[in-house]
Amino acid sequence: MDNPERNPLRRLMALPNESRAKTLLVAFAVSAVCAAFVSGATVLLRPIQAANRAAEEQARIAALVRGVPGMADLLEQSGGALSSVVIDLARGRAASGVTPESLPAALADAANWSAIEPAEDLAGLGQRPNYAQVFLLREDDRISLALLPVSGLGYNGRIDAIVALRGDMNTVAGIAVTRHAETPGLGARIEEPAWQASWPGTLIRDGEGTVRFAVARGSASGVHEVDGITGATRTGNAVTRMVRFWMGPGGYGPFIAAVQRGEF
Amino acid sequence: MTRRFDLWATLTDPLIRQNPVTLQILGICSALAVTTSVATALTMAVSLTVVLTLSAGVISVIRRHIPDTIRLIVQIVIIASLVIVIDQVLQAYFIEISRALSVFVGLITTNCLVLGRTEAYARYHPPHHAMVDAFGNGLGYSLILIVIGALRELLGKGTLLGQPVLPLAEAGGWFTPLSLMLQPPAAFFLLGLAVWAIRSVRSEQAEPPQSAELVRKEPGE
Repeated sequence: MDNPERNPLRRLMALPNESRAKTLLVAFAVSAVCAAFVSGATVLLRPIQAANRAAEEQARIAALVRGVPGMADLLEQSGGALSSVVIDLARGRAASGVTPESLPAALADAANWSAIEPAEDLAGLGQRPNYAQVFLLREDDRISLALLPVSGLGYNGRIDAIVALRGDMNTVAGIAVTRHAETPGLGARIEEPAWQASWPGTLIRDGEGTVRFAVARGSASGVHEVDGITGATRTGNAVTRMVRFWMGPGGYGPFIAAVQRGEF
Repeated sequence: MTRRFDLWATLTDPLIRQNPVTLQILGICSALAVTTSVATALTMAVSLTVVLTLSAGVISVIRRHIPDTIRLIVQIVIIASLVIVIDQVLQAYFIEISRALSVFVGLITTNCLVLGRTEAYARYHPPHHAMVDAFGNGLGYSLILIVIGALRELLGKGTLLGQPVLPLAEAGGWFTPLSLMLQPPAAFFLLGLAVWAIRSVRSEQAEPPQSAELVRKEPGE
């Protein structure tokens, strides 16, 4: 009885190549095999890639801190380590019950994400986690440097970055782009030190507390702007919106206010 | 005996005599883009050779069953799958070089060299012939890439594979790096000089003047 089972396939394979059935069969077979092959490789290699990305992020954080004048000494004094805190974004306080170790598990739970109103969704994220891990460097009980991870939708995909703020929580001390998919040679220059060099010293908010930060079109004019990248206006706008969202009330606003009140 | 001789010729012909880059001017885009250093050129060369050889083998195995109407899409699906896997492997194990190559690994999919060999050779020959031919073409591409990459890195940075070779002027030596060599036009100049040199020695490669009707219809990139 196994002849009728095996024969249909053989008969299909023996069909002339131009027949419709054979064409469909070959198309489906090739796609299925290729899909399995690609998915298999992606799944197998993902842990290694994730480890690479984490290591790189650590390296960028370290480089970011070293790049801020005076911070290397401070880092030495504090034992060479940044303190890492998980904060509750909406309340602007250290999160109760979530540690940096348990954060990935907490973020895997959809209950710990909030939808962002479309009108407020400058960064194009759709939703943001309720918790974020920030890195703080202290000097005599006062925060002298805060590293705040931000993310937003760029021109070709998500941009992840870390913004370093001085102790006044208004002056940018530096930026590190940890992940992006911008156009090589244009938007991708956001990861080049030459562009990032225009960030330190830029102010996020004006005297009234309104977020004024922007990536300029062309050269920066004024204390709230950083230089633009020629040919990458859309990437620049995305960075502007990303920083404005995360430094505003929907992002780190409550946390920044708490630090400025001296509650941290 | 003649069979082995054939294989040897299939393998070595594309190195100079039928070089895919300098004679057929295929795969130029990536050849120009990734040759600023030997390391990136080498990685790109290895990636392309692997993709080319494997895709030629796979397509040759199923060559009798590929319907003519969808042959190009079937070939591209197979090539693209291999390229994605290579890209993932590079991202996992060679993260720095993967970053330097950026989109150009992904663009192997559209490299005329790969589709050209599968379309022109692998579809009509048994797997071992197709793979030898593809490997030979990969080596020909690699040869040009590595030579241009070595020249650009040597003249542009005074190093080879990151190791200092020429003493730099700023470090007390005599060599001032030619930053032009790291710019895209330098790759055009070097490739043009290479084509000129090869065609001067092997004059049979030179195209006869005003031979518009004789120009081979190759897919351009």
